[in-house]
Amino acid sequence: MFAYLVRRLFLMLVTLFGISIVIFLLLRIVPGNIVDILFAAAGYVDPADKANLEKELGIDQPLVVQYWHWISGFLRGDFGYSYVSEKPALQEILPRIPITARLAGLALLFSASIGIPLGVISAVKQGTRLDYALRIVSLSGLSLPSFWLGLLILTASVAMFGQMPIFNPNPQTWLEAFATYAVPAAAVGFRSAALTMRITRSSMLEVLRQDYIRTARAKGASETAVNYRHALKNAILPVITVIGIEAAFLIGGLIVTETVFNIPGVARFLVEAIRWRDYPIVQNLVMLMAVVVVSANFIVDMLYAVFDPRIRYTD
Amino acid sequence: MRSVWALAAMAALSVLTASTITLAGDPKQGGVLRMYHRDSPGNASIHEGATYSLNVPFMPIFNNLVIYKQDEAQNRMDNIIPELAESWGWVNDNKTLTFKLRQGVKWHDGKPFTSADVKCTFDLLMGKSQQKFRQNPRKSWYNEVNEISTNGDLEVSFNMKRPQPSLLALLASGYTPVYPCHVSPGDMRTHPIGTGPFKFVEFKANESIKLTRNTDYWRKGRPYLDGIEFTIIPNRSTAILAFVAGKFDMTFPTEVSIPLLKDVKTQAPNAVCVVEPNNVATNIIVNSSAPPFDNVDIRRAMAMALDRKSFISIMFEGQGDVGGTMLPPPQGLWGMPKEMLESIPGYGPDINANREQARKLMQKAGYGPDKHLAVKVSTRNIPVYRDPAVILIDQLKSIYIDGELDVVETANWFPKVARKDYMLGLNLTGNAVDDPDQSFYENYSCGSERNYTNYCNKEIEKLFDVQSQETDVEKRKKLVWDIDKKLQEDVARPIIFHARTGTCWQPYVKGVTVMSNSSYNGYRYEDVWMDK
Repeated sequence: MFAYLVRRLFLMLVTLFGISIVIFLLLRIVPGNIVDILFAAAGYVDPADKANLEKELGIDQPLVVQYWHWISGFLRGDFGYSYVSEKPALQEILPRIPITARLAGLALLFSASIGIPLGVISAVKQGTRLDYALRIVSLSGLSLPSFWLGLLILTASVAMFGQMPIFNPNPQTWLEAFATYAVPAAAVGFRSAALTMRITRSSMLEVLRQDYIRTARAKGASETAVNYRHALKNAILPVITVIGIEAAFLIGGLIVTETVFNIPGVARFLVEAIRWRDYPIVQNLVMLMAVVVVSANFIVDMLYAVFDPRIRYTD
Repeated sequence: MRSVWALAAMAALSVLTASTITLAGDPKQGGVLRMYHRDSPGNASIHEGATYSLNVPFMPIFNNLVIYKQDEAQNRMDNIIPELAESWGWVNDNKTLTFKLRQGVKWHDGKPFTSADVKCTFDLLMGKSQQKFRQNPRKSWYNEVNEISTNGDLEVSFNMKRPQPSLLALLASGYTPVYPCHVSPGDMRTHPIGTGPFKFVEFKANESIKLTRNTDYWRKGRPYLDGIEFTIIPNRSTAILAFVAGKFDMTFPTEVSIPLLKDVKTQAPNAVCVVEPNNVATNIIVNSSAPPFDNVDIRRAMAMALDRKSFISIMFEGQGDVGGTMLPPPQGLWGMPKEMLESIPGYGPDINANREQARKLMQKAGYGPDKHLAVKVSTRNIPVYRDPAVILIDQLKSIYIDGELDVVETANWFPKVARKDYMLGLNLTGNAVDDPDQSFYENYSCGSERNYTNYCNKEIEKLFDVQSQETDVEKRKKLVWDIDKKLQEDVARPIIFHARTGTCWQPYVKGVTVMSNSSYNGYRYEDVWMDK
């Protein structure tokens, strides 16, 4: 188990190093930099002003020097200054993380709490009307883009209630805070819930046909015990994998959801920063996300080992 | 029933369009005006920007020496009023403009305002200061200013190289606030200090901008509002829905398109909406330094193929204006009269006849039904640029030109134009001040940084100077018309149309005036109040 842990940890560090190079180079490959954008917006260019600004921001230096400045700063916790706001990048990024984390957490919670039970029900009731209904729900979840669903929710709220669930930065009560996040989380989590439901269903159907399930039934175990204690426990591994992957993919859905619901989280902020080619923000934010995703994968791997003894015994 | 409502909404809209000023009873103090903002401005320094995304939230922080009257829709020389100046006068054969300054004005940090601040601001703008702006897009506005001199704390003079009566118009723009000497340009980008009716509280990028009432404002009893809060909502649908749901008191100025305006009036029938020209001209930039548009016949043919009214009817449901470089009357002060405009090739009302002539020119250049000219029409990847580019491509087909749309990200647009890496470009040109000096020198003078096409006609340039020095408005107008006509005939930068856009606010918001010949100058908000 220890060797397994060390190997995964080493792989994690190598992956992060590779990601840092990719992030850095991709940003430089994209045409235009902050100086081009600033002058494009002003509709003129003065070569001397442009050169001064490039020097001031350090983007006139060789790429290796720029990379070293960034990565050494990142490791020290010095994220530099945003090119646009001229404030410390960390100061810009940090307040937005809890907003997106809450939204993502709620979306994942929504995904798991809706997707897993409905997936189990769908599998257990295979071929019934309920199963068909749930499959239609899950298919629509996979088919509806979250931005469209979000806009539909907003339009319906305004048309039906004359109100809209737009972000409230200072919720007064716990309920208000929940309401601020619940609707967008449901909008973004719907697709994820649908996927979880489908994976749970197919995984459960496979497990429910196994001999040990028949044995459990023969021994007189209740349906609930068979479905949840025996079947679900064995069917959950692919579901955990999917939820882990979804946690990473969620950021894509959050970008549009944060835009539609006007939530000032990191996802929307990242898109804006890319638009401005605000390297310190984009590099550090993407790197932080990479750390989170790689760590989440690491945790999922560890959970595999916990749930499946074959893995820890093999290693 | 829906159509009845739609008709009623349209009728109300037409009435409201005619009157842009909200009239009401006695103004009330208090309340925070909530407005959405269309995007997150790069910084908070008006002098370093070239978009009204900066003017709208930050103009209330400042004062100018002089300003266009904020409760009149049309910006004119005769409605320029003193602000930080108490009075002004031209002396020395109209080569010196002297301002007497207001006494007792304080910056928001408590320091006194003096003539030194005025000198500092304009020295910075002219590039004569030790400190520098990161960007200085309107440096050319002050090309004719020799130096700024002060006489004590309360008098400042602009000493000119030659008379330029329009300098006053430039100084009255929302783009010309006075900055404090004691705050660096860098600090002004992040935490602006002004003398204006509202103080800066905070600017959270992509989130919000907050201003609060300046209780120590020199104009007693103003502002009426306790503050202004801008929530940044780049998604237009969300923003409009939020306005309809009552989350905002006002839309972002001139940001409601005509089709969206109909939605607003249907869903929020009590909202007050006005439609005005925003003095932004949609035009074509032509790379005349390379084939095929180095051929003047092809350039002329292209200009003659334009059906301007179709653009306006498709994009603005008829609410737009056909004109030359200068905004057409009645909102525009300097636009050519209709008869003169229609005498320019391509502006005549018979589109088929225009196109027939254009086809002849194309045939003369070697193109025809069997030999089409393939061109790329480059434009920014933004709907207001992209949509007319598509219509343009369609119209060019009628004269044997096959256009291909080349959409360019904003970051790459200007570098591409600057290195002349385009054949035809669909461009938008906004005018901060409805004055020929701003428009002509900036866009058409030889060597100007914003003269993207490098059009250079020394004869016309001489006329620029003649009109610029003319003090008789009627004489100057005729000169300007002649210049504008010549620019269109030369296909210097063919103007397609001048857009109109809408602004809406809730019925309890009073004292809002939407400017009708500029979208850069009307955001001091000191006369705005809320009746609730």
